Parts: sequence; structure tokens; C-alpha cells
Amino acid sequence: MHKNKSNKVLNTKLDAVSLSLKQSIKNLDSYTHVRGESLYVDDVNIRQGTFHAVVFDSPKAHGKIKHIDYSKAEALEGVERIFTYKDVPGENEIGGIIADEPLFAEDEVHFWGMPIALIVAESEFIARKARGLIEIEIEDLPVITTAKEAKAKGSFINAPRSFSLGDTEKAFAECDYVFEGETFSNGQEHLYIEAQGAYAEPMENGNIKITSSTQGPTAVQATTARVLGIAMHKIEVDVTRLGGGFGGKEDQATPWAVMAALATYHLNQSVKLILNRHDDLRMTGKRHPYESTYKIGLSKDLKILAYQTEFLQNSGAAADLSPAIAERTLFHATNSYYVPNVTTKVLSCKTNLPPNTAFRGFGGPQGMFVIESAIAKAASEIGVSARQIQEANLLDENDTFSYGQIAKKVEAKNTWHSAKNIFNSDALEQEVADFNKNNTAFKKGLSFMPITFGISFTNTPMNHARALVHIYLDGSVGISTAAVEMGQGVNTKMMQIAADVFSIPIDKIKIETTNTTRVANTSPSAASSTADLNGKATLMACNALVERLKLVASEDLNVSEKDITLKDESVFINDKPSELSWTELINSAMLKRVALTENAHYATPEIHFDKTKEKGHPFAYHVYGTAITTVTVDCTRGTYEFDSVKIVHDYGKSMSEGIDLGQVEGALIQGIGWMTLEEIAYNDDGRLLSNALSTYKVPDIFSVPKRVEVIPVETEGNDMAILKSKAVGEPPLMYGIGAYFALQNAIKAFNSNYDLEFHAPMTPEKVLMGLYENKK
Amino acid sequence: MITFILNNKTIKTSEHSGTTLLDFVRYQQRLTGTKIGCREGDCGACTLLVGTLNDDTMEYQSITSCISPLGNAHGKHIVTVEGTNLKHKLTTAQEAMKANYATQCGFCTPGFVVALTGFALSNSENNYSNAIDAISGNICRCTGYKAIEKAAHQVVEKLEHQEKNSFKWLIENGFIPEYFESIPQRLKDIEGKYINQPKGKYVSGGTDLYVQKADHLADNDVHLIAEKDYLKGITIENGICTIGTNSTVSDLWNHTELNSILPNLRKHLKLVSSEQIRNMASLGGNLVNASPIGDMTIFFLALNSDITITNQNQKERHIALKNFYQGYKKFDLKEGELLKEISFKLPTAEFFFNFEKVCKRTHLDIASVNSAIHLSVENDTISEAHVSLGGVAAIPKYLHNTSAFLTGKPLSSETILEANEILQKEISPISDVRGTTDYKRLLARQLFFAHFTELFPNNFTLNDFVQHA
Repeated sequence: MHKNKSNKVLNTKLDAVSLSLKQSIKNLDSYTHVRGESLYVDDVNIRQGTFHAVVFDSPKAHGKIKHIDYSKAEALEGVERIFTYKDVPGENEIGGIIADEPLFAEDEVHFWGMPIALIVAESEFIARKARGLIEIEIEDLPVITTAKEAKAKGSFINAPRSFSLGDTEKAFAECDYVFEGETFSNGQEHLYIEAQGAYAEPMENGNIKITSSTQGPTAVQATTARVLGIAMHKIEVDVTRLGGGFGGKEDQATPWAVMAALATYHLNQSVKLILNRHDDLRMTGKRHPYESTYKIGLSKDLKILAYQTEFLQNSGAAADLSPAIAERTLFHATNSYYVPNVTTKVLSCKTNLPPNTAFRGFGGPQGMFVIESAIAKAASEIGVSARQIQEANLLDENDTFSYGQIAKKVEAKNTWHSAKNIFNSDALEQEVADFNKNNTAFKKGLSFMPITFGISFTNTPMNHARALVHIYLDGSVGISTAAVEMGQGVNTKMMQIAADVFSIPIDKIKIETTNTTRVANTSPSAASSTADLNGKATLMACNALVERLKLVASEDLNVSEKDITLKDESVFINDKPSELSWTELINSAMLKRVALTENAHYATPEIHFDKTKEKGHPFAYHVYGTAITTVTVDCTRGTYEFDSVKIVHDYGKSMSEGIDLGQVEGALIQGIGWMTLEEIAYNDDGRLLSNALSTYKVPDIFSVPKRVEVIPVETEGNDMAILKSKAVGEPPLMYGIGAYFALQNAIKAFNSNYDLEFHAPMTPEKVLMGLYENKK
Repeated sequence: MITFILNNKTIKTSEHSGTTLLDFVRYQQRLTGTKIGCREGDCGACTLLVGTLNDDTMEYQSITSCISPLGNAHGKHIVTVEGTNLKHKLTTAQEAMKANYATQCGFCTPGFVVALTGFALSNSENNYSNAIDAISGNICRCTGYKAIEKAAHQVVEKLEHQEKNSFKWLIENGFIPEYFESIPQRLKDIEGKYINQPKGKYVSGGTDLYVQKADHLADNDVHLIAEKDYLKGITIENGICTIGTNSTVSDLWNHTELNSILPNLRKHLKLVSSEQIRNMASLGGNLVNASPIGDMTIFFLALNSDITITNQNQKERHIALKNFYQGYKKFDLKEGELLKEISFKLPTAEFFFNFEKVCKRTHLDIASVNSAIHLSVENDTISEAHVSLGGVAAIPKYLHNTSAFLTGKPLSSETILEANEILQKEISPISDVRGTTDYKRLLARQLFFAHFTELFPNNFTLNDFVQHA
């Protein structure tokens, strides 16, 4: 009875989602996408005489360069020139946060795949052939591949960071239970299907235009200027769109653009540099592997009283964005839980891997994995379900985060209990228990995964954006912002805002490429904040134009401004259409010499963070949600299939349901991939073994959960979010962490002697070994 | 001259036949809808359709153009995403992708659109499972596939009343543009076979060679054999099944009689790569690749197959497949020799065959361990046994001792447990990116057990083995 009733509720909710998808706006770019007409950097028409470049990189992870012989490569027909650090007119330095990363290696190499030279030739094929003719001699230096090793040797990127709340030491002494342990979460390859690339063209007066597949056009512009030793205004960066980014093109799209520009600078010819997949995998950084230790203390009633961790971040050979990522690990170390006494510490460990970088979640997932592991361990030791501990500690209104922000408009409990009720989790848990009782060759596991994710760049000064809106004299509109379209649908959202404010059809609006000459000094499209920041700026610009146009209309129609609204391509007076159309209004404004262009600047209010005290209010708001994951493990083969992931997600008031659902599903699957199949492997020499798509497996269509149900939680939304529609890019990735614990629960159901290990990803290998370790 | 129809345009080119079809369409013809994702057939972003005229009807198959030699396009109709586009509206497949939010960054999208269009053009039965198979080689990093599943459902729905082999129906229902109707006649007008081939590396489907050495093949002469008739065909005569080594995995998949002999054939082949690759990969290529983990090799080893080898003078010799492999990537094939065909004895009534494969990702992945078994059982006694195991030695391994041990033994859990002891002595797996030694040994045992629980579900359960193992 109870079950039927609940299913009815669920079905009603699912029907509502399905209806909202039908009515929701489609992705603006899908028309050209499905026709193969969207333009990515490698599709842009190139000029006659364009050269093609290939990067020569280090075949060792650490060593002194004793000798390089380029003569055979240079002699190959079709090779134009080979560039090295000696050809850099400005600084041979590309480090963004810390200046510790050369564009080209000079005397030493610090990771396998580190760029040493750029081979420029008539074709990519010739350049690659020439690469094979370069002879290099490297004297080996000791190689560090793990964070632990780096810590032991005192090899760090910067000083450690630490957050604390309450008195952890004292609290541990008062706990009924205290558990300690270790965890490991591996890196993750972004595997944007479009590899890194850029195209540089010489313009007049030594100016250079770069078309780049980057999330951070300003980073490309600034770094190119620095390397070439010229002013930023001489460099124009244009981004059409990205074939996927996921953080991998926030900082690491830069070197390839700079190299292409360097060659253009010297040759005064266009140069294209598109990495092939193997080069991309070998030369670029990934999500950071973390080795962590935790200590968790609970009371008898399962309240987490104290929590302490040390995160060892494997940063790779240079800082890249590692310090910022480390910081976010601390921000999310307690996930959705209120813990009164917390001490967290992170060490960015310098190793001889490619510099690891931003990846959807930006250190947050690594932090959350540890506390979920600690809870799983505690639950197992105490003999309760992890769900009970999770539920007993969910964040509440006005709770304090370890970084001092007071939690407001909290939906942690709301999403948790909604998920339990809507999906009838009691019945789900019973089904799993019954299945496991009746089956030996297959076992099921279920897990809960709540998420709380802060929205804003944690580096407060980065939270700004601009929009440049033109209304052309025929009434059509062009919008430029700092937002880079990479699949997240930000173009569509910008267009929706303008269409809504102007009340004109979407085919009258064009979203322009992202270009540093139209919108300058931008933050990268990252931190899930792109739609918020650029959307607010677009909204401001459109509103300013509307105010001006109302003034024009009030003169033309001789009515008060406050009675005028723009609706359905017309001017309305007191909600009734006038004879004045949108196009006529624009015409009139032109004749009156009213500016039909507006540039607006938005900077997120209220946020601040003091790094000396490690306290503040860094986030505009938080995104919440809860996922319930069910998996079936084949206990003969160690393989598994996810039956379902059932999610209650806090979208706020979603402005584009279809696009936002796509973000939730896509992030979820990427998170599950990180926790299950995707296994980065380096050997002890620092060579990447998972160096091709044949050895690095991302989810395919057969490996995704059979059912994914995402129900929006009903909330008021948040005014800091664009049109109350909350950021959605990163948070749902962390639902994927539930996959690890669902698998663990299934293994336990088969093998009661299984020792809980927290070593992600949970590959079929680890599952099979777990199923049979100490098996009696 | 290599001559073919690319979308609606007849191409005559003297480009090097070993160039990849991808490079030709993208950079020579500027058809940039075909994307480069991995250049090893593992992502599907470069998926194209190849139409072949067979007795007045067109047969379309999807391929990954990054590992396909241009010369193999000769005499075919090659279709890129641009070649599916209608003038001012979306095709049915495109609309399905758009309406269901199945495209985000858009980079993988043309590959999915082409593959789904290929499904509409294909002979496969119209159902959801087949539609998903059609896009099984396409990787999307953005959507998480749930939206793409919905798009596939929509395509299947739209195809509900399809008249098979009718361009007219597909044109009327917005799947393809009108020019398709002119293709059969135009292909007939293309001068016969592409014969003036240089001497050079033999290349059939190219699915492995182009992953290993595309640059070399684009820079040196290749000798394309995919169209050589004497290496083709599947015949079943006098109790023997003979398969030409140029047969693709899809040829096996589509062969009705073979599917009745091996009723689980499609289930097994589904574990072998993606549909795009199955459409290209030749059986012979898999055998001479000599990978210790080659799926088809393991499959045919357990069928106790023989192979026929021919030389340039058409002189033939026969050898058991299990004796073909000599060491890591070493096998009994001399300069100028080609694998011509593989044959196996048709099973008797009490025949049991099973194939198992475990990898990180169940589909489109290389096995950690794979295994096949062929048993004849009479009165609960094993009268004949052939077991093969991949990923556990330098060669694809036929387990001589284990097979011999099983022969004549009662079909019992004791026999199987004892056989596993022998099996473990026959193998020597190494730790690599596909798993540790311990894992591969455990997996070898488990897959060996799995053969019996799969084939004799009434006799054995997992518990019968693991409690005592």
C-alpha cells in the first residue's frame, strides 16, 4: 500500500519533469551541432600558407638535458623552423598563480611530456615525422610520482593550508567512538573529445590574433603577452566554442596558444597547433590524485563531534591551479554535514607528473570522498548503516562552516528527506536486502550521497563579468560576454535573458564568440559561475537599454515611463499593446541619437574571504542535493551494473530545465566514471601508462545507470543566482561518489570478511579482489 | 584512381590509398563535420557511413574513418554528416538529438547523428537494442547518454512503419536527402574494382594497423585486400564451417546459419568492440595481430579451428590455429603468405560453447582476461573439451592440459575444481595496465567457473565452486 502510494507521487513528479523538458528551451547551438556545422578551432578556415606545429616533449620524468640534436629534424623537407626557450623574446614562464612553470624546458625536465620545443612545418604529418628525428640525451634525476613520497622528501608547491573550527583535540577526547584511516582517490583525465588546440594569425603592426579552445581567453592573452614581451592589447583572443572543457582548458589551453603565437611572431605566418590525442593525454595534467588520512569522532547517538584530516594533493611538477584547488578541498571537507570541531590541512605536493589542474568539482570531490569514507568506516565499525550517520549530521540553517560562513537557505535536510520520501528509500533498501538474501551469484548495494557545494570563485577578486549588448538598427541584438560555450548551454541562457528582458523572439538574438577585444580582463568560464556572473551582467545591460528605450517610447507615445512595458515585440501601455513596435522603437531611438549599446559590469556582492584568518563568506550560495545509488555486482566476474541513481536536486528555479538536467546527468556520469572505470596509471619512472583511449576507459552508453531520475526540490531559489536559477555545472559530479559506496556495500553482502578499503576508482579488478579476499 | 561518391559528389583522386579516409574528407574536402577525437577508433567522432551496392540494393554500414584507408572507399558511397543534411530543416535523427537535449558541446554529435542515420539505412531489425548497438562506438563526455538514449527511442519510434530497403520511405520521412535515390545507378557507373595496387603492407579493415602505425601507412605503399573475393565468404558444407579471413565480425554477426549453430553468437560478439569496428575489423587481422588477448582468436581456438594459409603462387597449407602462435606476437606466417580461411567442425548435438570476457568497461574495451570453451557432453561425461584463455600468457592460449584433463571426466564440480588447478599451472599472467598477476589468475578461475554456470545452470551455481576453491 505504502509503496504504491509513493510510486504515485514519484510518477507525478516524473511526469512533471518530462513535461517541463518538452516545454523547456532547447539548446541554441543544437541546430548547427547536429548538422556538423558548428565551428571549433580546427574547423575555422585557415589562411594560405598556414604552418602546422607539433610539440617535442620530454621522454623522461625528471632529468638534466645534456644534449639535444635538432639537425636531422631541421633538415627534413617541409620543416620551417624549430623553436625552443631560446626563441622566447619575453619571459619563458606561464605559471598563473605561482611563476614556476616554463613554457619550454631549459636545462631540466620535470615531467614526462614536458614541452621542450615546437616543430613548425608545412604539415602536421611532416612536423611529427621531424619529431621522430630529434635526438636527446637526458641525465636521470630521481623521480617522484606519489604525494606521500613528495611529502617525505619535503617537496611542496607552497605552504600548507589549514582550516579549523572549535577545538578538535578536546572534542576527540569526549567522543564515544574515534576511527582513523587512509584514503586514496585517483586522478581523472578530462577527455574533452576535442583535444587542445589553437590557431594564431599575424595581423598588422605585429599584432596577433589567436583562436583558442580555451575556457580562459584572458589567461591566453596575458600569458602570450608575457612570453612575447609585448603589451596585451596587441593580442586578440577569440573563442568560438569548445568541444568539451571540464576544467582541462581553464589553465592548460594556454601553452599551446602561446606556442602557436610565438611561432607566428617569428615567422609572420599563421600557425596551427592541435594536439593529437596521445600528445594531449601525455602532456596535460588531470584531476589531482589525493592521498589522505582522516580521524573521525562520534557520540553514541551518531553525531560527528570531531573531524580531522590531512590531504596530500599530488600537484604534479608545477603549481598550475593546485593551490586554489587545494583550498576548495578544505571548503568541502565536511560536505553536507555540520561538524562542530574540525581541523583540516592540505599539502600541495610537488611531484614529477604533469601539473595537475582544474577538473569539474575543483578539489571538492576529493574532499568529500574522504569524509564519506570516514563515515562508511565508522558505520561499519559501529555496526550501523552509513545512512544513519549521514542523516544524523546533516547541515541545518545557521550552522557554521569550518571557514566561518553561516549556512543560509540550507536545503540539505530538505533534499535528503525529499529523496527518502519521493523514492521510498525504505522500500528500496528492503528490495536490496531481499535480493541479497535470495541470490548468491549477484549482490546489490545501495548508498546515499548528499552534496553541498559552494558557488563562487573562492578567490573573491575573480567574481566579476561583463556583457556588451548591441541593438542593431533593425531591432536585432548581438551579445558578447566573457562566457565560453563548452556544452554547458551558457549561450542559450544568455539569449534567454535578453529575449526575456526585451521580449523579442530568440531568432533576433545572436550570441557572439568570446573575444578579448569585446569583453576584456575576464575570469575563466569555470567554478560553475559562468551563467551567474555573465548572466547578471547581461541582465544589467539589457535592463539599462530598456530603461533608455522606455524614455524614448514615453516621448513618442506621450505617456509616463512607468506605464510602459516591452512585450511581444511591442511597446505596451498599462499592459495593453500600443501601435509602437519594437523595430519602430529602435528606429525612433536611432533618430533621437540614443545609445543602443550597453556595457555592464557585474561583481558578486557580499562575498569575502580572509586568507590570513582562513575565515569569511566566500560563497554567494550553496547548491544541495541527495542521490540514492543502487548497483548490482556480478560476483562471478567482478563486473557491475548500476540499476539506478535517484536524485533530488536543488536547481533553485531552473531557467532552462532541459539544459540543467543535462548538466546533472552528465556530471553524475563523469563522477561515476571517476569512482569506477577511469584509472590513471603512471609507472615508477613517471610515464603515463593509460596513454590512449584503449587503456583509459570513460563511460560508454552501456555502462551508465539503467535509470537516472532527477527530481527538482521545490525551493525559493536564491537571488544571487541568475533569475534564481542556481549554478549546476559542478555540484552533481559529486553524486557519483555514491557509486563507490554502493559497490562496497554489495561486496560486503557477498563477503563478510571484506576489509573496507577506500581506494578509488573501484574497478572491476578491485571488486573481484574484494569479493574473494579472506573469503571463507 | 580511387573513385567513389562522397555524399552527393563523385570523387576521383590519386591521393595515396593509405591516407585515412578521415584526413581526406576533413582536410582535402573540407567536410569539417567529421571530427577527430582519438584517431584509434575508440570514440566514434569520425563515424561515416559506407554504402555498398550489392545486387541492386545498397547496404550501409558505419565505420570510424580515422582508421580506414582511403583506398577502401573505392566504388562505395561515403556519407558524412553533411551528406545527411536537408536544406532547411533537420533530419529525423537530428531532430531527435535536438529535441531530447542529446547534444551539449556538440563535438561528438555528428558521429552520433551519422550512426543513427546508418541505423535507419541498415538492415537491422528496428528495435531499441539495435539502435543502441548502432551508437555503441560513440563516446560522449558531456551528456551522460541518458538524453541520447531518449533520442534513440525517438528514432526507433519514427521508424516504426518503415519499409525496409526503401530510400523513398526514408526520404519521405525526413531521414535522408533525396539524392540517395540516384546513388545505386551512379555507383554502377563507377569503373569496377580498384586493381592497380602497389606492393606493400597488406591491409584489410585497418582497424588494428591504423592504430599501431597510421603515419607509416600514410607514408608508404599499402596493398589493400578488403575487397578480395577469394578471402571472403562463409560457407557451411559437409559438417565444416569455413570462413574467409576477410570476413568482418559483422559478417559473422549477420550470418543466419552461423547464428543457429552458435545461438549465443551475437551475445558474445557484442563484447567484441563496437558496431563501427565490427563493420571493419577482419577476422584474419585479429588472428595475425596475435594479441594474447585477441577476442576472435580466443573464440576460434576453443572451436579447435584450422587455418588455411596461401602464398603468392596460390599454394596452400593447413595448420591448427592452436599451433599457429609461437611466442609474443610471433606466428607461423612467412613473407608473402596470407591467411586465407579458418574452419571448424560443426558441433554435434551435445555441444556446448561459451565465451567470456571481462575488462574495465564491458563494451568496447580490451579484455583483462577472456576465455572460450567448447564441450561435448554425453551421459554426464565430458567426451571432448577445448578451453582457451587470453591475457594470461605471451600468446592467445589454448589450454592443452586443461582440455585433455577434462576429456573423459564426469561433469561434476570436483572435475571442474581439479581442472582449475591444472589451468592455473598452464598460465603465467603478468601485471600490466589491464590488471595484476593475482587479479588475472583469480579472473581466469572465475571465468572458467562461469563457463559451467552459464552452460549448465541446472547443475552448477557459483557456490558449488567458490566454497571449495
